[in-house]
Amino acid sequence: MSPHAEEEDATNAYQSLSETTGHDDPRWAFGSGFEDVQAEIEAPVPDGVDAADLAEYCLMLGDDALVCSHRISEWVSNAPELEEEVALANTALDLLGQARVLLSRAGHVEGAGRDEDALAYLRSDAEFRNVGLAETGDDLDFGVAVARLLVFSTWRLALLSRLVGSRDPVVAAVAAKGVKELTYHRDWAARWTLRLGDGTDESHRRMQAGLEEVWPHVEELFRTSEVEHRLVTAGVATDPAETRGEVDAVLDQVFAAATLTRPDRPGRGTLGGRGGRQGSHTEALGLVLDRMQSLARAHPGASW
Amino acid sequence: MVSAREVVARVVDPEMPMLTLDDLGVVRGVDTDGDAVTVTITPTYSGCPAVAEMRADLAEALRAAGFGPVRVRTVFAPAWSTDWISEDGRRKLAEAGVAPPGTAPRPAPGPVPLTLTAPATTVTCPNCGSRATEELSRFGPTACTALRRCTDCREPFEHMKEI
Repeated sequence: MSPHAEEEDATNAYQSLSETTGHDDPRWAFGSGFEDVQAEIEAPVPDGVDAADLAEYCLMLGDDALVCSHRISEWVSNAPELEEEVALANTALDLLGQARVLLSRAGHVEGAGRDEDALAYLRSDAEFRNVGLAETGDDLDFGVAVARLLVFSTWRLALLSRLVGSRDPVVAAVAAKGVKELTYHRDWAARWTLRLGDGTDESHRRMQAGLEEVWPHVEELFRTSEVEHRLVTAGVATDPAETRGEVDAVLDQVFAAATLTRPDRPGRGTLGGRGGRQGSHTEALGLVLDRMQSLARAHPGASW
Repeated sequence: MVSAREVVARVVDPEMPMLTLDDLGVVRGVDTDGDAVTVTITPTYSGCPAVAEMRADLAEALRAAGFGPVRVRTVFAPAWSTDWISEDGRRKLAEAGVAPPGTAPRPAPGPVPLTLTAPATTVTCPNCGSRATEELSRFGPTACTALRRCTDCREPFEHMKEI
């Protein structure tokens, strides 16, 4: 076969692969790899706002989304039905998108030359600022996965709907977009909670067990860090403690309809006052990061 | 010579090629400075994986038409809404078997209410025109569509969900 004939061989899978990427910029084997020109990311830090605090806050909101997204994405190729797999993949993708913007903003505000990929792939667990709920594993138990997403999306929707008016343009933009997305995520989780809770004895038992499993991580969601306290005053952040009423009301509405009982389990304590927001994590985060970062760490800058 | 705006207007969406990016309402602006072009687009969803393809397709179309350097910026605010899809775009969606979105809900101040009952159906089957359709999954093959089924002609179809 002449080289020319090979060029036109439409059945050559390898060739068509190289054709589709031949005129593109090279892609990283992981991460975004391309320079994203995101207009708002480069906006100046609002007057009177401490840049280090803002970077830290963007990491908190971004890491919640990134780590939870990774946990949810573990369901891809493992979900009970194709439709639910697509739903979970879409949810993970939305959260990943929110994380990318927030991590980019954190890197820009920090000003140390770290982009979203450096922040996602090259930080150790003690540098992550997510809440414990986001990192909780579910061992592919659908009841736990639904319970985690129900609590997480209800809480994050309450946070983001208050952040639409943030003085930081990136936080405000992610919030406005995120409210629409989180409404769908919460809806999906609530409907599954209802279906399982008010289903068979077995599905009821498993759904209740899922709630019991994630419940020790609920208390932390309403704990306000020093950084958040300062940024509430500066008009950038919202006080998570103020979302408790709304979150409780929504969860009670779902529990009542689903014939489930609000778990009565104490919240996980802090380590000398330190929780996820201060970089104190459960070993579950190490497992998430091991999987998420191994390729990037083994092959820095790999592209294809 | 065609204008940069005209070149941009012809670029199609990578996931729904029956629509141009213009039809979809993601093009926020086209600014030229000599041959240099800056295109501003907005993603439909935060994690829309097609944004990288849109960026590459826009840059390639403009370069092929003799423009350059090309810069494609992404803006997030105000958040994209299906209300920005053109009338032409809605017609093309329906012709391709995708039910076009209705009017996006206007957020009221205060907490977002949670509705646990089935929402009233207002989506018409793009195949037979029946209003007897039901939701199969709120998350379809792309981030912006849901999966529905017509109970009259029995055909499943995609519905672009209102956001």
